[in-house]
Amino acid sequence: MVETGHFALVLAFALSLVQTIVPLFGARLNNQRLMAVGGPVAVTGFALTALSFVALASAYASSDFSVASVWENSHSLQPLIYKITGTWGNHEGSMLLWVLILTFFGALVAAFGSNLPATLRANVLAVQGAIGAAFFLFILATSNPFIRLNPAPIEGRDLNPILQDLGLAIHPPFLYLGYVGFSICFSFSVAALIEGRIDASWARWVRPWTLVAWMFLTGGIAMGSYWAYYELGWGGFWFWDPVENASFMPWLAGTALLHSAIVMEKRSALKIWTLLLAILTFSLSLLGTFLVRSGVLTSVHAFATDPTRGVFILCILTLFIGGSLALFALRASRLTAGGLFHPISREGALVLNNLFLTTATATVLVGTLYPLAVEAFSADKISVGAPFFNLTFGPLMVPLLVIVPFGPLLAWKRGDVFAVAQRLMMAFAAALLATLVTALFIDGASVFAALGVGLAVWLILGALTDLAVKSGFGNVAAGIMVRRLLGLPRSVFGTAFAHLGLGLTTLGIVGTLCFGTEKILSMHAGETVELSGHTLRFVGLYPAQGPNYSEDRGRFELIGVSGSAIGEISSAKRFYPVRQMTTTESGIRTMGLSQLYISLGDEGNDGSVVVRLWWKPLVTLIWGGGLVMMAGAAMSLMDRRLRVGAPARRRKQASAVPSAGLP
Amino acid sequence: MTRKQKRLSVIAGGLAFLGAATGLTFYALGQKASYFYMPADLTTASVQPGQRIRLGGLVEKGTIQRGQGATVAFSVTDTHKSVKVTYTGILPDLFREEQGVITEGTFGPDGTFVADSVLAKHDERYMPKEVADGLKAKGVWQESKSE
Repeated sequence: MVETGHFALVLAFALSLVQTIVPLFGARLNNQRLMAVGGPVAVTGFALTALSFVALASAYASSDFSVASVWENSHSLQPLIYKITGTWGNHEGSMLLWVLILTFFGALVAAFGSNLPATLRANVLAVQGAIGAAFFLFILATSNPFIRLNPAPIEGRDLNPILQDLGLAIHPPFLYLGYVGFSICFSFSVAALIEGRIDASWARWVRPWTLVAWMFLTGGIAMGSYWAYYELGWGGFWFWDPVENASFMPWLAGTALLHSAIVMEKRSALKIWTLLLAILTFSLSLLGTFLVRSGVLTSVHAFATDPTRGVFILCILTLFIGGSLALFALRASRLTAGGLFHPISREGALVLNNLFLTTATATVLVGTLYPLAVEAFSADKISVGAPFFNLTFGPLMVPLLVIVPFGPLLAWKRGDVFAVAQRLMMAFAAALLATLVTALFIDGASVFAALGVGLAVWLILGALTDLAVKSGFGNVAAGIMVRRLLGLPRSVFGTAFAHLGLGLTTLGIVGTLCFGTEKILSMHAGETVELSGHTLRFVGLYPAQGPNYSEDRGRFELIGVSGSAIGEISSAKRFYPVRQMTTTESGIRTMGLSQLYISLGDEGNDGSVVVRLWWKPLVTLIWGGGLVMMAGAAMSLMDRRLRVGAPARRRKQASAVPSAGLP
Repeated sequence: MTRKQKRLSVIAGGLAFLGAATGLTFYALGQKASYFYMPADLTTASVQPGQRIRLGGLVEKGTIQRGQGATVAFSVTDTHKSVKVTYTGILPDLFREEQGVITEGTFGPDGTFVADSVLAKHDERYMPKEVADGLKAKGVWQESKSE
């Protein structure tokens, strides 16, 4: 089975070369048969990669330690679910997952792209094939997951205990679906540059892919953030760690792309900019892959530091980013510029959105790469952390959030800010009220905290105002309003939900950062502690045994008003003997939207234990907002205009175009 | 305003915005980036009390003292020099004697380094990169430690 997987991988590499070359020449020569090769090859390449992946996963599931990668990252005592997720919990396997998703998207274009013009489709598949070829070669040359060991060891070295968590089942696949999903937008852009032709329908094809990638990237980042929050025991949800930034930059650029693609589709403006943004977004995804996989950074994600890998990915990075930007420089002038518009309009608002988002992306990029540059050019070593990003990213985000509710309410071409402001009056009044109430009635609320709450309320109500206005709230009878609301295009709901999610996340961040409390103390069994009105009693430490670890579980009782226990929270120190590694399992109790968080520290000589407690108000909204954003993207995807393979009539028409339009 | 003037003013506005963002970024890099030092570097570098830095090295053997409550004191060494560090909070799971750590914080008036965060390596195989590089530069790195 393992050799089958290895063979399939080599074959997939060969097919990716075919997929790169044949359709590209086909499009050049306008040869239908050569162009038609791309589709079946892409689908077969995906099937082979999937076979290869399944082979590796089954080696992991059956603990076949004759495979080096399994030996290094698995153990026979691990629960089955972690054996399977361990397939991508290491460098080699995660790269295989990367190309699996890449070929999956390529196969989707092949399967659902029948309504694309034949040359565009061929070029897209060729570019997609080229990216695949580079990464297949990378895997086979430097990170082959199928290398055997002889003699085979009896026992494996265990998966890093931090990764032995359900988070590993969701976070990397979602993140990669996002990262790699943007490769389609990239391929479409490069294909458009090769053809030297771009129009509004191009944006209609690209937008669903952007939405899909953005949706999964949002989920991947949110899941990664929650995972780090509960797994690392530090109680933080975002650390401005370079690896987090690596996923955040494509998200910011992808968000900008999502918005500029709307302008291009609706108004056929911002064409060249949208194209450039699509290239940049995937370039940032590649950069993220490089930062995480090359070992230039120290982090949980840097599984191994092998310099040849870093150099190899750097070459891929240079080739694709440099190549596509060079092509852009050569060809962009050929593309016709789009329509003009008044600065105060929906287009204008979206341009403003893009200006803020791309600048924010640039500051994150500078903050992430600056330490690497300093280290390369001088002997100094520096780190750029939260203080830098709070000072640069914060001031860029706040004005953007303030103008978000205006955008969807402005008309295309020429908007009226005063009319929109009038419609947002209620939301503004409520936000002002929330600010005042926070400032006056909540103890210890700073001016920033009050303004933060106001901003979040403004975003949430602004998003709802959009729906209310568009369904005629206040102008028509309730029954008609409901009917109109249900009749609104799904993309309107998509926008409203995405912006609503943004507001909820903002509220969660403000709540946690401004109203959270924290205590560090050393406790003996039987002692109680109070935190923000919650009383906890430390019951004691109890040893326990897991499948591949032993633990000391610290039990805490939550004491109610009556003095009796109303619930239990437990946090543990786990010891994994194979890796000689200790981890902290945090104890979390969700109360409404807020959480009590307990992290256990070292045991003192006198039998006391260091305990760190947090009260995190509204913290769940941070990730809940992410889910709402994902729901928004899903609704937008279901919009009639974008539905893949929609009306049969249109498809017939579209497929008739190439035969009629081309000689 | 003519069309040309309008367009120019939009471009000027955009450039002013980008300029402000660039200025802010470089100001923040100057102010908020924290430098990494090993204990022996501190004799030559001038670090003001209150200036935020990252101090890395090995936890010196026999120096870990758990005081009252959650405060811990230990020394960070690069085998040439060592610096006394205090930290209040939960130490990372991989914090041990003779392990590589990076602490971040400021020097107090008495010359003790008051750390507000302590990072240890992420698993038993690796050492924080800065610490490993620093030890290599000082000639005290033993290859056996890397595995």
